[in-house]
Amino acid sequence: MFFIFSITSGLFLGWSLGANDAANVFGSAVGSRMLSFKKAAAIASIFVIIGAVVQGRGAANTLSDLSKVDALAGAFTVSLCAAFSVYLMTKRGLPVSTGQAVVGAIIGWSLFTGSKTDYHVLTTILASWVAGPLLGMVFASLLYLLMRWWLRRLSIHVIKLDTYIRLSLIMVGAFGAYSLGANNIANVMGVFVPSAPDVVLDFGLFTLDGAQLLFLLGGIAIAVGIYTYSERVMNTVGEGILSLTPEAAIVVVMSQALVLFLFSSTSLSNLLTASGLPAIPLVPVSSTQVVVGSVLGIGLIKGAREIKPKVIGGIALGWVATPVVAGLLTWFLLFFVQNVFQLQVTTHTSINLSPENTNVVTTRSIGYISMIWPALLVLMVLVILGLAWYLWWQQRLRMLAENELLTQQNQYFTAQKSLSELEVNTVQLENKILNNRLETKRQELINLALSIEDQRSFLENINAQVSAIQQMTTDRAVLDAVQNLTTTISQRMTFNRDMETFNGQVEQIHKDFQAKLDAVFPGLTDQEKRLATLLRLNLSTKEIAALLNISPKSTETARYRLRKRLNIQQGENLNLFINNL
Amino acid sequence: MFLFKHANQSIELIDKFLNTIDQGGLIFKEGVYNYLYNNGDKFADNLRTLTQLETEADILKRKLETILYTQSLMPQLRGDILRLFEELDAIINLAKTNLFQFDVEVPFIPAELNADFVKLTELSASAIESVIPASRTWFKNPETVKEQLHRVYLYEKETDKLADSIKRRVFHDMPQIKLSEKFHLRYFTLHIETLSDAAQKVADTLSIMAIKRTV
Repeated sequence: MFFIFSITSGLFLGWSLGANDAANVFGSAVGSRMLSFKKAAAIASIFVIIGAVVQGRGAANTLSDLSKVDALAGAFTVSLCAAFSVYLMTKRGLPVSTGQAVVGAIIGWSLFTGSKTDYHVLTTILASWVAGPLLGMVFASLLYLLMRWWLRRLSIHVIKLDTYIRLSLIMVGAFGAYSLGANNIANVMGVFVPSAPDVVLDFGLFTLDGAQLLFLLGGIAIAVGIYTYSERVMNTVGEGILSLTPEAAIVVVMSQALVLFLFSSTSLSNLLTASGLPAIPLVPVSSTQVVVGSVLGIGLIKGAREIKPKVIGGIALGWVATPVVAGLLTWFLLFFVQNVFQLQVTTHTSINLSPENTNVVTTRSIGYISMIWPALLVLMVLVILGLAWYLWWQQRLRMLAENELLTQQNQYFTAQKSLSELEVNTVQLENKILNNRLETKRQELINLALSIEDQRSFLENINAQVSAIQQMTTDRAVLDAVQNLTTTISQRMTFNRDMETFNGQVEQIHKDFQAKLDAVFPGLTDQEKRLATLLRLNLSTKEIAALLNISPKSTETARYRLRKRLNIQQGENLNLFINNL
Repeated sequence: MFLFKHANQSIELIDKFLNTIDQGGLIFKEGVYNYLYNNGDKFADNLRTLTQLETEADILKRKLETILYTQSLMPQLRGDILRLFEELDAIINLAKTNLFQFDVEVPFIPAELNADFVKLTELSASAIESVIPASRTWFKNPETVKEQLHRVYLYEKETDKLADSIKRRVFHDMPQIKLSEKFHLRYFTLHIETLSDAAQKVADTLSIMAIKRTV
């Protein structure tokens, strides 16, 4: 239980590493939207864990060689102080590396406990802090030149190049994440390795010892950091300091991955040693500083003046300030842990007490646990869960597609409906305009009819007066003149021209009505049809009489005849019948 | 290869789009020539073809826009590429509009100006013909785009010079033409000239895009 509590400070360091340093691997890709965060996080998490478990031992052992933190309380304090230093310096805006903080904290521990510090290892570590960014710069410059030459030579279409870049970003990112896990897991779990449980888990295809289990936990903590917090950092970094072209981003990530890989690969180091070459020190290196070195390397090739003394000064300050702060902090906190909480921060004094104890330690048995069946069980559960997820996902996609289709159909129907309403409105408006025009025309006709009627009564009046004057005289000449006047008035009273105009207009407007009359009542005379049309205009008997040049009495008779011809029953209104026709 | 299926489709569409713009320039040249030498039927045919090409270019441009966005291709270059397509499309739109102006307004062009107008159209069309290969090159070899763009600038400058000379000749040396006809000729000189200006605009965009892509 105390062991699990103790490693929480390491897990916190892991979380912090995942949150910040994953951006060095996938920041450009995610920030430039070449890769979605989900994909980047999944790839980074998987490969960080693999790198940590498979290749994490080299750099972790170097930290143990520096000074073996052999008690859990001591390891906890070292890790906590390193994490707190990182937090403190980040808060102050100072460049900081987790590795440097851890090294400083270990030295602080060894000074407090009086343990031996291997100064040869310390020198190697310090040298690698400088060598890391420099190597990054060299690798980036060379890779950049190679890529530029390759791109110019192959002349790949920009659309195809986009696909190649995406693939490369994924592959290089995976390698970068692997190297990050392999190299930086030492910062997260390195101090706990001497206190790792003596157990080996056999999974059939591979085995995991105590240290690797620690690395697995640390890797998972890094993955959690990636998933929970790195998206914001990736976007900030991608749009800020790592706002590179995708091609340059590949080079930067690749050179960083190579440097971290070099400083963590035991096999490569052994190979060099076997070939008679000096071994590569397996040391945790700051990925951020290697990235800065790589960006500067590209800047050198491009001829830009991108080497800012402030950046270099910041890194150098980090090399000095971070270990000092972490060391001092550890020294003071260990004092409290040992004297206030009464916890053992080191075991080496008790080991030196008697040789029997040493024998106890060396003959500790290693627990061997077969994990084949549990692993198979977990695998099966995972497969089933995966299958269920796949089916659920397919179903969800289908539902989404159906919803999309439904939405589109709804939109289509709404559009159709609006269109139909618009059409109906237009037709209604047209009808209204036509009705207005018809009403105006009808009014004009009524006015014309009234005018004819007025003129006729006026002329009749004059005619009556002239006839009266005729009765009063016997003068032949006057009689002839009056007779001529009477004849002229009588001729004018026929209103033939006006009537023609009127009838023409009526027929024009009521063409359809007359056609219908002809179709339904084929035997009607022209006079009857004209009467029906005038009735449709809602003219009074008097007005109709004037227009037809007959007396109102004759009009009444004509109306009666028309009723008979149209077979209208008694009690039924003639005007209504005609208007409804 | 499955991975390159969409990429190949997009490349094919881009090629088609560029071909359409190129053909538009050639048809415009033919159209003006046929107008000047009173080949009415051929001119009408050129007008029809150009309209079809313009519609086709619009469709292709829209398809490309959709592909670039839905497949989120080249997020960093997408804006520039779409702007390039937009400006290339503007060339064929302009060519169609200008040829329609000939059809609608039927400008009176004196026979002695025919040769000048043919030359002006050829120069303007040459600017378009030069900007198309430069556009193609940007997609594959951005470093060499600049080497091709100087032609566009040359043709544009020559077009401007000839257009000025035509306008000067019309207003100074041709008193027999009515003032209204002179104005009309000026406008049509300008219409033809604008095509080379549109090509120059594309060239400017391309040169900036090339700098951005030079790694």
